[in-house]
Amino acid sequence: MWTTWVRERAVGALPPEKLLPDRQPAYVSSWIYVFGVATIAALVVVVASGMILGLKGPEWWHVTSIGRFFNGIHLWAVELFFFAMVVHLWGKFFMGAWRGGRGRTWVTGAVTFLVAIGAAFTGYLSQQNFDSQWIASEGKDGLNSVGIGSFFNVVDFGQMYTFHVILLPLAVVALVAWHVLLVRRHGVVPPYPAKAPKSAAPSPPQAAPSESGAP
Amino acid sequence: MVPATHVVFAALFDLSHPAHYLHWHFFQMSVANVIVILLMIAVFIAAILIPFPKRRRES
Repeated sequence: MWTTWVRERAVGALPPEKLLPDRQPAYVSSWIYVFGVATIAALVVVVASGMILGLKGPEWWHVTSIGRFFNGIHLWAVELFFFAMVVHLWGKFFMGAWRGGRGRTWVTGAVTFLVAIGAAFTGYLSQQNFDSQWIASEGKDGLNSVGIGSFFNVVDFGQMYTFHVILLPLAVVALVAWHVLLVRRHGVVPPYPAKAPKSAAPSPPQAAPSESGAP
Repeated sequence: MVPATHVVFAALFDLSHPAHYLHWHFFQMSVANVIVILLMIAVFIAAILIPFPKRRRES
């Protein structure tokens, strides 16, 4: 039966102790590992505040004081989201986090970054003020110049708002979920092997260091 | 009545004028954006250098 097949494959790939671990490798005890979850925390605030903005509408978020407050929460949560995501990216790059069969983890992270940029851009287009009108007209020139202006029409507010409120958030959340499940499956990448200190006595010839990363 | 925090922030961050830009060949970026990037680099370095609290070993 297909449900048995799906269940066995899912539990085989991610048994409960891997899906929800209660311990972590010693090398994860560093502040650099905080930025992935900080990105997710910011994303939760972005989505929650965005839902409220969507429910209440532009007049609320421009005119009422509490609406402007939520508008600000949404903007600053996006700023923190990108801040944390880029610091997370720098950390993962310099620790070679794609090693040990973790290529898909890296790629899902990179694609999430690109999709999030699209989500932020469509958010700027959705502000319902003169600023967003200017961004749309300038963006029209830019996207036409690379030939996608007819498919992604930045002056079509309905299309841009739909991208921003439904399509791109779904894509970002799905990619982040996939990314986290891959981290759970493959584990956090171990650090690069330490170089042996140089000693006075000549040491025997060593094999060239291989790209390590398997747990 | 303007809250005291507004007075302090208004003195530090005057938003009533066009933004200042750093311009070099094709590169153009607002000073605010440059500050944010420098802050990100500082946070990155701090995250690597600041020691993480060690877990007390259970006896």
